[in-house]
Amino acid sequence: MSQKYILSIYRGHPNHQYWEDFELTLIPMANIISSLMEIQKNPINKSGEKVTPVVWESGCLEEVCGSCSMLINGYPRQACTALIAPIIRETNHTTIKVAPLTKFPLVRDLIIDRSSMFENLKKVHAWIDVDSTHDRGPGPKISPEKQQIMYSLSTCMTCGCCSEACPQVNAHSKFMGPAPVSQVRLFNANPLGHTQKAQRLRPMMEEGGITDCGNNQNCVRVCPKNIPLTDSIAAISRDTTSQAFEDLFSFPDREKT
Amino acid sequence: MVKDIRKIKEVIVVGGGLSGLSAAMKLAENDCHVKIVSVTKVKRSHSVCAQGGINAAINLKGEDDSPLIHAYDTIKGGDFLANQPPVLEMCLAAPAIIHMMDRFGCPFNRTPEGNLDFRRFGGTLYNRTAFCGASTGQQLLYALDEQVRKYECQGKVEKFESHEFMRLVLDENGQARGIIVMDLFNMKLEVFKADAVVMATGGLGLIFKKSTNSTFCTGAANGRLYMQGMIYSNGEFIQIHPTAIPGPDKLRLMSESARGEGGRIWVYGDSSKKIITPEGKEIPCGVTGEPWYFLEELYPAFGNLVPRDIGSREILRVCQLGLGIDREDQVFLDITGLSDEKKNNLKAILEIYHKFTGDDPRKIPMKIFPAVHYTMGGAWVDWPAADDPDREERYRQMTNLKGCFVVGEADYQYHGANRLGANALLACIFSGLVAGQEVPRYLENLHSTCHETSENVFVEHLLKEEDLKKDLLARKGPENIHRLHDELSEWMVKHVTVKRNNQDLENTLDKIRELKERYQHISLDDHTQFANQTYAFANQFGPMLELAMVITKGALLRNEFRGAHFKPEFPERDDQNWLKTTMAVFSPETKEPDIYYADVDLRHLKPIKRDYTHAKKVKPTLENIPVNIQLPI
Repeated sequence: MSQKYILSIYRGHPNHQYWEDFELTLIPMANIISSLMEIQKNPINKSGEKVTPVVWESGCLEEVCGSCSMLINGYPRQACTALIAPIIRETNHTTIKVAPLTKFPLVRDLIIDRSSMFENLKKVHAWIDVDSTHDRGPGPKISPEKQQIMYSLSTCMTCGCCSEACPQVNAHSKFMGPAPVSQVRLFNANPLGHTQKAQRLRPMMEEGGITDCGNNQNCVRVCPKNIPLTDSIAAISRDTTSQAFEDLFSFPDREKT
Repeated sequence: MVKDIRKIKEVIVVGGGLSGLSAAMKLAENDCHVKIVSVTKVKRSHSVCAQGGINAAINLKGEDDSPLIHAYDTIKGGDFLANQPPVLEMCLAAPAIIHMMDRFGCPFNRTPEGNLDFRRFGGTLYNRTAFCGASTGQQLLYALDEQVRKYECQGKVEKFESHEFMRLVLDENGQARGIIVMDLFNMKLEVFKADAVVMATGGLGLIFKKSTNSTFCTGAANGRLYMQGMIYSNGEFIQIHPTAIPGPDKLRLMSESARGEGGRIWVYGDSSKKIITPEGKEIPCGVTGEPWYFLEELYPAFGNLVPRDIGSREILRVCQLGLGIDREDQVFLDITGLSDEKKNNLKAILEIYHKFTGDDPRKIPMKIFPAVHYTMGGAWVDWPAADDPDREERYRQMTNLKGCFVVGEADYQYHGANRLGANALLACIFSGLVAGQEVPRYLENLHSTCHETSENVFVEHLLKEEDLKKDLLARKGPENIHRLHDELSEWMVKHVTVKRNNQDLENTLDKIRELKERYQHISLDDHTQFANQTYAFANQFGPMLELAMVITKGALLRNEFRGAHFKPEFPERDDQNWLKTTMAVFSPETKEPDIYYADVDLRHLKPIKRDYTHAKKVKPTLENIPVNIQLPI
């Protein structure tokens, strides 16, 4: 007999959220997204009532776009790589709980608004200043070792799992979360980006910056791309300290030699 | 001093993938005020899915490579259907584009000395593909996203994410004056005014439902423009990528770079079976029970790196001989023998495979099969060549709708009948930069602005969309929009992909007509006015059906074999009758595409046989190269 499983979804609108169960038949390679697609096609809950289809965000479905972050059995992760069969096997349960992330404003059902993450990228000057787009010849030489680190930091898809897992990101704190800290490390590591390092480190020294990190280390555990977030936090912590000294004792944007 | 509102150059860019962001960046640099409209956060656009790399003949590997050879490979790879002047300029601009992206901080892989590294890709014998591991598209997109964010902080760019393009506003002279958008959170329709619109809305893989495309790639925006009178070209050319992994929600791509790094495709041989080589010789299908590397045997010169159309056809041919793994349409893609360094260059895709199948491709060969991947066809756009006498009177990347430009995968311009791997990212950035130069010139020559356009024009277009919305929400019938989509995709995948024949294509056209009728009798399961995805999709499905017609009818009429369009009934390329561009126009009377044909611009290279069995590195002679080319970079 074909195996059944239940997707228990925390859905609804802001201030009106409720759990609704849907029973589905397990198919090969099913994941949370294909399950939601089934519900969309046939929106009937476990009690047999026709309901509105569940809405969610998704894009690439191969864990490079960062759209489909959700809490799956309470754990923040991408819904596309959350395969049903292994979850049932590991939990020994045929019910899987799916809920929207809680650290961002709810839009509807599983959709949340992560605009704040992109606003933070503006605050920390998360780009390289170049003169123009005109042809100015090759960029700087970079060692393969350094490229590997930069590539790893640059795979951050702004999915929000790190913020969701971080106890310091909450309604009472302004902490911008681990992702922008790691982006500061990325751009400061770039030979061209290095020249604007102070502009990135200073916001890190303000309220909501690096000192709000409680060193809980949840972020690095949940990051779907295994980005060394705690290394970044340690590195930027050191850099902000020396930036503070530089700002205090020398000319503001003096280049370190 | 108050700025004169009429002097502000207002431009809308729809779509925030590589081409949209590249256009937005260049427009902002050229003092335009840009509104970017995107159905998702632009950083999540489908460009992130491009894996293997971006081509540029920088010649850092001592191979005597050059942009002209790159152009030659691209024109030949596209089976001579691409107009040659834009291809030439794209290839000439490619090295500067890579350097620009490098300076933006895109983390390209490096050689030990710290120079850019290059890998090989399909359809060429040169190491010409710059890459960032196996997520190059993601990294290029992020680099442009960052540059655009800089302009956003300066107030030159405004983003409207979670907003969908619904319609182009055309004034009484047929000139673009803005667009109607829908906010995908509160479903409200709104007018955005502008004097030029750049569409960068990507491909249409979702018409086939299961493809390597992201969920956003419905093609609806192009479909809507086509229904408003935009010419759609070469619709029948759909790329089927040879190597994807199956899934109920999506077919996930396994990049061509796996083969570029040395990965090999094989099945277990069976010497009792025979296959015909491209030269017409009959050979046994390998040795029974041993790996048979059929692409290497059939195409000794290019081996596993033949162009994608050829790769996909040969895989299916071998599977139809009963040699597929477990007798299904799947073959092995084997990277187990590669060095750790090369495996590391593929880390991103090897992890995808591992996560979705549970098998570690470092140890066990991957099981892959062909999947719908890329839309070569698209909006017809103009391209006056550098030395054309009317160069200054025309605008590159502009459609037949004045003031409406199309760039990226959504245009038809650079890939002809088949796209070469790692040329898509290049074409996206290049065409975006071109639009970023052409649009300001168009605005300079414009005699009036959208602020002088009668309000009635905007209201009229807004009302059309309001009416359509009411109509869709009010429909009460037995049909379910998602099931209709399933039916459409079944037919399209079965009859309009790798192998086509005229009877099936006729039947598919009838099927689409039937689906169009049944689409009038849907009822939506969601009538709320907030983040209503069922309604949003139902609205997209109409124009998707129209483009399905264009694809299928184009395929039916084209009685030849060219690039990705393979018709066993007509097994040869027929330059005499079919070396021409398909031009589809929506007929408001019949609600069907009217199709006519336009000449292909062949001024640089005469068509030759598309040979991948013996071809060696050649120094091609490209003729009539203008001396006054001005690249957009």
